[in-house]
Amino acid sequence: MHRRWRYLRAWATPLSMSAGLLLLASGMTTLEPLFHALFASQERAMYRQEPFGLLLLAHLSLVAISSGTALLVALVAGVWVTRPGGRAYRPLVESLVAMGQTFPPVAVLALAVPLIGFGEQPAYLALALYGLLPMLQGVIAGLESAPSAVIDAAKSLGMRPWQIFRSVECPLAAPIVLAGIRTSVTINIGTAAIAATVGAQNLGSPIIIGLSGFNTPYILQGALLTGWLAVTADSWFACLAHQLQSWKQGSRP
Amino acid sequence: MIQFEQVRKGYGGRLAVADLNLHIAAGEFVVLIGPSGSGKSTTLRMINRLVEHDAGSIRFAGREIRSFSPEDLRRRMGYAIQSVGLFPHWSIEKNIGTVPRLLGWPADHIAARVHELLLLLQLNPADFVHRYPHELSGGQQQRVGVARALAADPEVLLMDEPFGALDPVTRIALQKEIKRIHALSGKTIVLVTHDIDEALFLATRIVLFRDGQVVQDGSPLDLLAHPAHDFVRDFLGRADLGIKRLGLDSVGSRFRAGVSATGSALGLDTNLRDALSAFISQGRDSLPVVHTDGSHAGALYFEDLLHTGPALPPVTT
Repeated sequence: MHRRWRYLRAWATPLSMSAGLLLLASGMTTLEPLFHALFASQERAMYRQEPFGLLLLAHLSLVAISSGTALLVALVAGVWVTRPGGRAYRPLVESLVAMGQTFPPVAVLALAVPLIGFGEQPAYLALALYGLLPMLQGVIAGLESAPSAVIDAAKSLGMRPWQIFRSVECPLAAPIVLAGIRTSVTINIGTAAIAATVGAQNLGSPIIIGLSGFNTPYILQGALLTGWLAVTADSWFACLAHQLQSWKQGSRP
Repeated sequence: MIQFEQVRKGYGGRLAVADLNLHIAAGEFVVLIGPSGSGKSTTLRMINRLVEHDAGSIRFAGREIRSFSPEDLRRRMGYAIQSVGLFPHWSIEKNIGTVPRLLGWPADHIAARVHELLLLLQLNPADFVHRYPHELSGGQQQRVGVARALAADPEVLLMDEPFGALDPVTRIALQKEIKRIHALSGKTIVLVTHDIDEALFLATRIVLFRDGQVVQDGSPLDLLAHPAHDFVRDFLGRADLGIKRLGLDSVGSRFRAGVSATGSALGLDTNLRDALSAFISQGRDSLPVVHTDGSHAGALYFEDLLHTGPALPPVTT
């Protein structure tokens, strides 16, 4: 009972943050009188083109797909350049990925639209490229964090390379890999709003429309939800990181 | 148990081990000793194929070691190193059970074995099984490292300067522990060190290396009594400190009361350095001990001199 309580309490922050986010997204329109009062000069003080719940969902899926793609690439590349066969390619891979990071996402979007067209596709590309570097750095740093004495011991006890990778390198790398994912995803949530400029519908839409129409309440509504989403996602990662390193807390009675 | 025949290992043109012939019999406690870069660690690491030899043959249990897969070979040999290398994310129980788990032992069998090993290394199982390595002191970690090396009851135990990073008190306690385990289990142990005191205390046989070659190979008494070479004398000269320490203690603290022996007698107040000299000059490994009035008190054995335990006061030079 006690243990279950502690377990629940560990997840209390992200759970309540998520509940708050859902509540705000679904109930934003009920706040219309408040926005009217705050921005009396504004004729339309509530964004009503699409429901906020749908925008949130679209935003989440854009982030999930682009970050997921970046993670997959980072894992494959990171594992490869830390194995004996791929070690020589590490500087090349790292500088390619760093180049991806130096391109501002807006520029990638602008370049991608003529090639791929308007909509979600250029956004996936830009966001995945932009999010790749922190993830790859996390994967490489994580896989290299296992002390050489530990790897040596694993080898000398008769573990096969695959067993060392799976049961020693991976668990020791996990918290650092997760830290990379956390940075990348949190930035991605904010950056994804820019994708609304090329026609993707998400929490950036009220912001972009608000900016072009000098509508501050729209900007505020989009920004509030985007910011809240980023903080919520971060709190999930914080919890996950804590769970992954439970051994660092030591033995509990 | 382990036979090196004309074994050679080079690193970029420099020979680390040159034409090594060494036969290690079952049950021996062999200490490989020598200065840094003398080839002793390379020799040890060639036994479980952490280092592959270039030429010659190494046989284990009658078979060339290359006929085993490296993993199978290593699972039959315990291995303990100076930096211990415990898996930080695994409990002590899981750490010790590593090799049994790799060998597919049933879980209850592993748990029983872990319990037994913790007791053998004087760690209370109830206190330790669920702890993590970072919660242990250096000495406790090394005990767990030794327990892990012994877990699957290996035929050979390989140790690479296992006590080098420990404080003197802990080091001596663990040296006694490993000596006791050797006596108890009769396991073949090969240990690398550069500490001549440790070698003299632990070994049934000392192999002294220099520049990739064996300079002398014999019992601790052999090396002390008949150094084959100036280099051996020089190397043992580092044990001068040990000899000096012997000079600070007297026969009275070490002798075995009521035991008899032959030879010219030592007085109870004779210092151990002189006693050592008497053993060597008389070519005996035990001597009678007499009271100051000349009546028989007991005997002193050569091995009693090798206990550099806490009985001796610390030395300031």
